[in-house]
Amino acid sequence: MYPYLRFGPFLLQLPLLALLAGVWIGSSLAEKEAARLKLPSGVVSNLIFVGIIAGIVGARLAYAARYLQVYLENPLSLFSLNLNTLAGLDGLLIGVVVATLYGWRKKLPLRPTLDALAPGLAAFMVALGISHFLSGDAFGAPADLPWSIYLWSEYRHPSQVYETLLALGIFFAIYKKPLGQSGTGINFWLFVALSSAARIILEAFRGDSVTWPGGFRVAQVVSLIVLLGSMYMMRVWAQSAETGGVRTATSLESIHESE
Amino acid sequence: MVVVLALGTVWTIFSRLPASATSNGVPPASPRQGFAAPDFTLDLLGGGEVTLSDLRGKPVVVNLWASWCLPCRAEMPAIERVYRDYQDLGLVVLGVNTTNQDSEADAAAFVRQYGLTFPIPLDRDGSVSVRYALRGLPTTFFIDREGIIRSVVVGGPMSEAVIRSKVEDLLKETP
Repeated sequence: MYPYLRFGPFLLQLPLLALLAGVWIGSSLAEKEAARLKLPSGVVSNLIFVGIIAGIVGARLAYAARYLQVYLENPLSLFSLNLNTLAGLDGLLIGVVVATLYGWRKKLPLRPTLDALAPGLAAFMVALGISHFLSGDAFGAPADLPWSIYLWSEYRHPSQVYETLLALGIFFAIYKKPLGQSGTGINFWLFVALSSAARIILEAFRGDSVTWPGGFRVAQVVSLIVLLGSMYMMRVWAQSAETGGVRTATSLESIHESE
Repeated sequence: MVVVLALGTVWTIFSRLPASATSNGVPPASPRQGFAAPDFTLDLLGGGEVTLSDLRGKPVVVNLWASWCLPCRAEMPAIERVYRDYQDLGLVVLGVNTTNQDSEADAAAFVRQYGLTFPIPLDRDGSVSVRYALRGLPTTFFIDREGIIRSVVVGGPMSEAVIRSKVEDLLKETP
């Protein structure tokens, strides 16, 4: 684990750098896929940017809301660069909602846009695995195996390596588009389904699982529900694509041309 | 679809954590959130000594600093203010001076300059820095009443709001 690199008085956070690289590569891939799907790549790029900024601002505001009195007394602390004062899940939700509203306002067609985002999201998940490896987060359960790594006072499953390898597999699957041409939204749901399945497998080797009574790991149960939902959506959207009910970017373009 | 879900369900049930792993499990000592804070005994600036495990039952903030470190200088007044506001509620602050890369005279001058009233343990041989995997100054550990690290802030300066929010989290937990 190499969480920090020192440059004189500055501490460079390598996990954060891996995430930034993931955002950069992910957005580039999404823009490329958007252009291929004849979507306005600039608008898709803005959608990602707006979502990220809204997510970060939302995460800080959500954290501040929990300690309202403290932040009312020290309002400038809202601008702190400290990552410890971000409410991650709230930020994610706010980012997704704002990006959705932006896409709706810019009249981006839903299914092709989701498909355009899929390869970028898959690339970001690889970066997330690398970031976990660098920081030592998402660590594995204690295990005495030839490939165990010594981390946090014990030999453990290298769960971050498993995570990165699974994410790489998903990335290549999404990139090769095994279920046919994009634009129907099915590649996006395939990404969600594969990521959920990977989490169900991976969580069994994690040493930091949050559990419910009975020892059930929360992440596995939630991933199982998401897997069910994503497979259902794949089926429904595949059926509507077959019956011609989908307005893809290509079909929208042909509509405009005929007008 | 049914097969995938059935496999997922079976795997989820099969990989449940056993009851022994979910109750009374004391995490090992490691300088990381969710783990027990590594114990230490250090001499204090001005005399006496402190042992971290003796403070069990009280929320503890361990801040590692050096007098030459600019972010340490910037955040120390805020730490002192928070300590004064919450010490009656049981908060303990240990300002561990990394004496192996500082000097006791400079540390003492620093304490006088900022009017610090919390204990200043002296890490003369750097053993606490090693045990806490110190990678940059300042580094702050927020430790709950059970001796478990709840949050780690590497680098600084921390704003007063950051310190207060973390301390309030520690104090919210029942004694």
